[in-house]
Amino acid sequence: MSKAFEFPEPDRERRLHEIRREAEQKGSVKSPGARPQGAPFPIASAETGYYGIPLLKQPPWTWEIPLYFFVGGAAGAAAVVGAIADVTGADRKLVSHARWIAAAGSVISPALLVSDLGRPARFLNMLRVFKPQSPMSVGVWTLVGFSSGAAATVFADFMQQRYGPSLPLRIVENAGQAASLAFGLPFSNYTGVLIGATTIPTWNQNVGELPMHFGMSGLSAAVGLLELMGHRKSRALQMLGLGAAMFEVWEGWRIESRPQQALDPLKHGLSGSLIRTGGMLSGPLPVALRLLSLVSNSRELRKWAATSAIAGSLLTRIAWIYAGHVSARDWRLPLEIKG
Amino acid sequence: MPTTAFLTDSTLCIGCKACEVACKEWNGVADDGFNWSGFSYDNTGAVGHSTWRHVKFVEASPEPGFGGNAPELNTWAFSSDVCKHCENAGCLEACPTGSIVRTEFGGVYVQPDICNGCGYCVVSCPFGVVQRNPDDGRAFKCTFCYDRQKVGLKPACAQTCPTESIQFGEIEELRAKAAARLSELHGRGMSDATFYDASDSSVKGTHAMFIVRGDPRAYNLPPRPEVPTEYMKKAWKSSAIGAGMLLAGSLLAFLFENRSNGQ
Repeated sequence: MSKAFEFPEPDRERRLHEIRREAEQKGSVKSPGARPQGAPFPIASAETGYYGIPLLKQPPWTWEIPLYFFVGGAAGAAAVVGAIADVTGADRKLVSHARWIAAAGSVISPALLVSDLGRPARFLNMLRVFKPQSPMSVGVWTLVGFSSGAAATVFADFMQQRYGPSLPLRIVENAGQAASLAFGLPFSNYTGVLIGATTIPTWNQNVGELPMHFGMSGLSAAVGLLELMGHRKSRALQMLGLGAAMFEVWEGWRIESRPQQALDPLKHGLSGSLIRTGGMLSGPLPVALRLLSLVSNSRELRKWAATSAIAGSLLTRIAWIYAGHVSARDWRLPLEIKG
Repeated sequence: MPTTAFLTDSTLCIGCKACEVACKEWNGVADDGFNWSGFSYDNTGAVGHSTWRHVKFVEASPEPGFGGNAPELNTWAFSSDVCKHCENAGCLEACPTGSIVRTEFGGVYVQPDICNGCGYCVVSCPFGVVQRNPDDGRAFKCTFCYDRQKVGLKPACAQTCPTESIQFGEIEELRAKAAARLSELHGRGMSDATFYDASDSSVKGTHAMFIVRGDPRAYNLPPRPEVPTEYMKKAWKSSAIGAGMLLAGSLLAFLFENRSNGQ
């Protein structure tokens, strides 16, 4: 309360004096009592909640988490793209680059996750149990499987390029690739499950779409990174990028067209602007640039589409986490009070 | 071991905050700042990592015919809030380390030697109870005085409560007590007295039950708390579809490219 009060309050003192006089003269007081400064005071009620103090706690996560969502999504999708490119016999260079993106993610992701912990030294406590009912537990084990697979793949690949082909290394490479494909699929989108299955209203009201949304956002980023690494002639990447961006257009439309109060942080204020900017960079802009590049056969336009998609993917994760904070601060939602 | 519970009867609470003090003293909980909130006599606001018991000061519109105050002044109700120790606890389900366990008394307990501060319990609690201590890094909440219960003592807050507003005992006995108390209050004309234990929600009931006057929402008690595991099926289904789209899309794109290159 910033309002400064005078003590003793002159109005209240005057009124008390009048009441005392009335009591002396008539023996009883019929008129209303003293009114202190600041009245009427804020009250707690079914309509106003408990002084508007939020029931829910905000996520305690720091900047590492949205970045982890971005890196993990891109790395998971890159591993899948790389593995499929490998088995379908696509350009070796593309396969190798996709593997390197996955491997880089397999190192950066755990680092980000560990540094966000309140007690980083206890990261290994995550691995003392496996709890299918906890998306965090499932996610950590997925990360372990993915990181091991992606790292083994590039290691074996690198050793063979350097020292020539060998059967054991070939086995490690294939097993690693199989693991990074199997774990990369859930790793690309489990972060949507992670924040969707929480008590934060704006997250859990989108729980059915968040994993798909994050998965396609990760694919956009993976395709964009590969294109920036020089694969701007690949028609497969163009199709994947176009498909993912079209999904993001649909996702944006879906958010905008639903009227729930719990979705307000996605449409209004700073969080709303971030979601919309991220959505534009992930959806309509890359779609338009990619279609134009198809017509004009311009690789320059594809570069811009790729850049836009990467920026959109990162901004989307930041925006969703921030919108969760805004949603947690909205005291009306858990109390089901219309606002 | 008996399944124990709290019954907090706000009609008996005098707002002395002895429960907050006793809790802090017994459990060695840090202070929660010395700030003036301006919200009645409540300067703490909510339960959190440094507030395991929290007395709410609910100011409500006066009832005509009661008291001699000016009509714009409010009546007062107090209620001591605490971790609900849910039957189906969101924090316990979410904890990836297994640090959060259910004790033999039915309470939900965070083992401080295992918690690594991932913070996932914080966003999984439908009552906003558990919180990460920024100085310590780990998550903290009411332990249900697990150590005291182990040796047959009442939790510190219930032990110290001077009006028996906080009652502690076997859960079924307390439920019967609450029902009796409620009909007594209704008989005395307090028709707005209600019992809150969230047993009609996915939380499936709490081990900290409350009797409050008026709408529980005025006490920041949510009408339909939802344990987040309820969303799990929908979430993993979406994840599976997303993974399917990624796999099928990649296969289609590269096979199509192969075919068109081959021609």
